[in-house]
Amino acid sequence: MISQSNIKLWSSLGMRATFGLIAIELANKNPNLIITTSDVSTSAGLDRFKNKFSEKYIDVGIAEQNLIGVSAGLASEGYDVISTTFAPFQTLRCCEQIKVNLGYMKHKVCMVGLASGLVLGNLGFTHCSIEEVGVLRSIPNITIVSPSDTLELYKVLNEVFNLKGSFYIRLTGGSNSKIINKSDYNFTVGKSVELLSGQDVSIIGCGNILGNCLEAANILKNKNINCSVINMHTIKPIDKDKIVEISKKNKLIVTVEEHNVIGGLGSSVAEVLSSEKHNCILKRIGINDFYSSGGSYEYLKNIYGLSTEKIIETIASNIQNNK
Amino acid sequence: MKLNKIKSFAKNIRKNIIFTAYKAGAKSAHIGGALSCADIMAVLYSDILRFKKKNIIDVNRDRFILSKGHACLALYSALVEKKILKKKDLETFEGDGSNLLGHPIINKISGIEFSTGSLGMGLALGVGIALAAKKKNKSYKTFVVLGDGECNEGSVWESVLCASHFKLDNIIIIVDRNNFQQTGKNSKIMDLKNLKSKFKSFGCESIEINGHNINQIYKSLKKIHKNKPLAIIANTIKGKGIKIFENDNNWHHSIITKAIYKNINKEL
Repeated sequence: MISQSNIKLWSSLGMRATFGLIAIELANKNPNLIITTSDVSTSAGLDRFKNKFSEKYIDVGIAEQNLIGVSAGLASEGYDVISTTFAPFQTLRCCEQIKVNLGYMKHKVCMVGLASGLVLGNLGFTHCSIEEVGVLRSIPNITIVSPSDTLELYKVLNEVFNLKGSFYIRLTGGSNSKIINKSDYNFTVGKSVELLSGQDVSIIGCGNILGNCLEAANILKNKNINCSVINMHTIKPIDKDKIVEISKKNKLIVTVEEHNVIGGLGSSVAEVLSSEKHNCILKRIGINDFYSSGGSYEYLKNIYGLSTEKIIETIASNIQNNK
Repeated sequence: MKLNKIKSFAKNIRKNIIFTAYKAGAKSAHIGGALSCADIMAVLYSDILRFKKKNIIDVNRDRFILSKGHACLALYSALVEKKILKKKDLETFEGDGSNLLGHPIINKISGIEFSTGSLGMGLALGVGIALAAKKKNKSYKTFVVLGDGECNEGSVWESVLCASHFKLDNIIIIVDRNNFQQTGKNSKIMDLKNLKSKFKSFGCESIEINGHNINQIYKSLKKIHKNKPLAIIANTIKGKGIKIFENDNNWHHSIITKAIYKNINKEL
């Protein structure tokens, strides 16, 4: 339930643990719900769920191809299925099962990719996930949502089974995640949210990295650079209208994502801009198509230009170049 | 069980496979692996699978999944024999916009439960359906036909492990063991060795039969397998029923010319 105290609690727990709490609420409301996992109950915050709703919880072991097939089979019998495991295994490991069962046959499954992006950098790039949006975006019939914070995660999970088609929900950030939405707000899948308005630059971001975008925008304001910050939580289908609108207003658009700049949010925005008349340039901040040395979340954000300071630098220098 | 009825069912499946492959002409068709499972399909569709033709999507129907989707001609032909598809539909095989392509496309009202053909995926769907039956207390059974070449796929074994772990005694796995795969003998490409013992060691009730002996197929499908899945290794002959096709892997995917059609049609 949305409340000020929950917003604080959830953000401190982070998206994974919050997902486990939301799952209990969903199961109480939805008798058709089943959660399938690949041996990640603890990592997904699902231990309480597993004990409380043992009949709604199916663990298929470390076998993600089977996870998707079993989930699709259950969905074909009328269940509302959420499958979850760490993002690389939830997506790339079983990519063709996703294509055939969810994309081609349109069995509806909501996939939740845990700890996506760079947050598990200490574990190396086997456990980071910087490719999956690009891969999933090329499969028809899958909506891709990267919630900006735990409140948005709550909102999207409560919407998923009212809407058609499969979903991929990409969880980013760690515990003590940033609060992007301070109180309840209108959330619609496919419709972006303008968090800040400014006439010089538009920053389009998704996921918890929007916290760094907001910090950057606030600091840039003191330097007389006014940024809009747009929460593009739905990467597919992308909010074209909003992108077209800002392309007419601003000379510089900056996308910020914890993903390869090839295939993710930046690419989606570029695809929209490429077929529109406008007078702005697009700068894509994200993983520049290389695997760096591993390390902490902050270390990796810095390497890839995703720290607040680096975002500020990129925007300031591009504003200069543009004048 | 009516032996003669099933035998004539199987014969008609083979006739339709050959007829359709011939009509497909230069588009060519998967023939050998469809003929090898024709007797299995005949037993399943004439005497085992419970479904109502008038309400084919009835929730209590038995589910059938042809995981080796390239053998779709055997499935389409069985559905024609059951008058769920029309014989005329077969002439659209692999045609532009057809519902009957070279691999099955999900079409529940035509008796096709899933789109298959990418190997190693059908059993996982079957496990999901069988789990749903358990949860909903439904008595329907799920039958999945796998190819032996398909058993190269690791995902098959993920699903066997899972079916066994959840004690799914409502799922029946039938392996069409014709000893060939696309480019040659299993033993040369990727040796499967003893499939019966493999399924047994994964926790299935596992039996080996002659996959062209109607009595054996029928009996095996009726075998009791409490608290575990049933795996039937059906030893078959690729191309079975047409002498010149038998054990000749050139007929895995090939074209039946007019001359060949005239010649082999007599055999049927």
